[in-house]
Amino acid sequence: MKIAVCIKRVPVMEVKFAIAKDGASVDETGLKYDVNDFDLWAVEAALQLNEKNAPGEVTVISLGPDAASEQIRKALSMGADKGVLLKADKVPGDAFAVAEALAAELKAGAYDVILFGKKSIDFDNSATGAMVGELLGLPVVTGVSKLEIAGGKGTAHRAVEGGVEVLEFPLPAIVTVDEGLNKERLPSLKGIMAAKKKPLETKPAQLGGAGVTVSKMELPPERAAGRIVGEGAAAVPELVRLLQSEAKVL
Amino acid sequence: MATEIAPAESFLPSPELRPREADLFNIDAALTEEERAVRDSVRRFVDEEVLPIIGKHYVDGTFPKHLIPKMGELGVFGANLPEEYGCAGLNNVQYGLIMQELERGDSGIRSFASVQGALVMYPIYAFGSEEQKRHWLPKMATGEVIGCFGLTEPDYGSNPAGMITVAREQADGSWVLNGAKMWITNGSQAHVSVVWAKAVPHGQTEVGDERTIRGFVVPTDTPGFRARDQKGKLSLRASDTSELILEDVRLPADAILPKSGGLKSPLMCLTQARYGISWGALGAAIACYEEAVSYSKNRVMFDKPIGAFQIQQVRLADMLTEIVKGQLVSLHLGRCKDLGTFTPQMVSLAKRNNVNIATDIAREARRLLGGNGILAEYASMRHMANLESVYTYEGTHDVHSLILGQAITGHSAFK
Repeated sequence: MKIAVCIKRVPVMEVKFAIAKDGASVDETGLKYDVNDFDLWAVEAALQLNEKNAPGEVTVISLGPDAASEQIRKALSMGADKGVLLKADKVPGDAFAVAEALAAELKAGAYDVILFGKKSIDFDNSATGAMVGELLGLPVVTGVSKLEIAGGKGTAHRAVEGGVEVLEFPLPAIVTVDEGLNKERLPSLKGIMAAKKKPLETKPAQLGGAGVTVSKMELPPERAAGRIVGEGAAAVPELVRLLQSEAKVL
Repeated sequence: MATEIAPAESFLPSPELRPREADLFNIDAALTEEERAVRDSVRRFVDEEVLPIIGKHYVDGTFPKHLIPKMGELGVFGANLPEEYGCAGLNNVQYGLIMQELERGDSGIRSFASVQGALVMYPIYAFGSEEQKRHWLPKMATGEVIGCFGLTEPDYGSNPAGMITVAREQADGSWVLNGAKMWITNGSQAHVSVVWAKAVPHGQTEVGDERTIRGFVVPTDTPGFRARDQKGKLSLRASDTSELILEDVRLPADAILPKSGGLKSPLMCLTQARYGISWGALGAAIACYEEAVSYSKNRVMFDKPIGAFQIQQVRLADMLTEIVKGQLVSLHLGRCKDLGTFTPQMVSLAKRNNVNIATDIAREARRLLGGNGILAEYASMRHMANLESVYTYEGTHDVHSLILGQAITGHSAFK
């Protein structure tokens, strides 16, 4: 079985973000990057499917700058077989431009299953996987929390409000992965060394035209300092009044 | 669309991979991608598997044995030895970063890995026959076989040349070992021990000097071999420390490490281990520093976080500065080790400095934490107590001073 996983290089979120001088992008100074975590679960799903349906091959594809090869190597060190970097110095905020480039690459690969994370934690569009499916004319299942592939078809569970939806689909298909499907494996130290020797091809991304552009970014307003209205039982009436009239939460 | 911006914590991909505040000096920039990848894998292993349980093991005085196969699967044992023996084939900086991260968990965890890799797998690799290497190394890399290193004796610690453990060669070429070893990490749980003894050839009765010291691979189920845990430790409590008793331990001729010869052989092992310790101690220091930073930002006293007081800022600035200096020392040492240009004196300098600053940092962190700092819930006092052992073992701080003193002046203060 041939499996492709599309992964994205995203900033590690444990920093205070600043807006760049252009007012419409994030200042990348000092940011550290990792694989989008939903995509890590997609990689793990691909590796597990590959282990169950051997022989097979897992290809990892990422669209991004040269530095995104580090994220591809991470997936290779987890056990994926080969990587493709679709090089774009700046990743467009419009998911459709990215989807067109990915679809162009995926079309030639004759993959049985193409996996994505449900969303990226930076732009948070939840759009790319579904758009690629549309461009390739393939069935798409999004936000999967359980996945089985057997006999040329797939079964997937999706969490829906208060329950579970069970879906069946023929292959080839596109599946986007939700939290809870698995926990990704740690790259073993041997895996990290082996990843150096695995093929990683770089080619220019054929980005589609962007229909949407980011015009402006703003930080959320600073939160005002808290206020102490009094002490003990005597303060309760004032507190209730403020919760009703000012905070409007009661 | 949600109108509230969630706090960053709630959608962290993996909180344990947060950029470390200890990297203000951007040491990361001096590491390759593969070096960082190794560090990050072990870092995450320690965050997920070690930190949640280590405090209880420390208080209970138990080594977390369940971690051994997991550490083997990750590949930390003998990680700088070649792949053909089942090891990861890493460079020495990667190996050092593993030690740093393991000791960020606990010195006992790092000690286990140091002994397994640098003190048992390394001598088998460096001094063993091809059969010995193929037999032992792959199983030790996975953690299926646990090793210990028997050099130190009750009366011969800093002066191993005086050891009284003796191996007498028999008429058929086999060996009989007698003696006792002490302060042996992993001793009671080991399957195999590399024991150092003065070898007496058949037909000779006189025991020779340090030049006769040879290494022997001793399966611990050999009759006459006993290990007894040393009780009452106030340091390295999450680690087994034992004495070994060898009473007429009969070994076949091929138990000897053929390429070992003289005291310099075990000292070469110690140089390997001490190199790792120079990194490991930084891990303990980083753990204490990060705990202190976090505490200083959250603990409010006199209506402001204690980190806003100058006295704590000086403490933290001193800690970070010493950590960064130590990292640069170990990093340079690792690069030299990879190039084959490092010397035991360089290792002495790094071990001596880095463990020393780590003991100071741990103590200062404990103090910054006030009363909470004495609780096992926090890591600093555990590290502080552990580091007293690390300060003392693998060449005491003082002995390393004398090694440096000899290198500087040309005069040996030992003899």
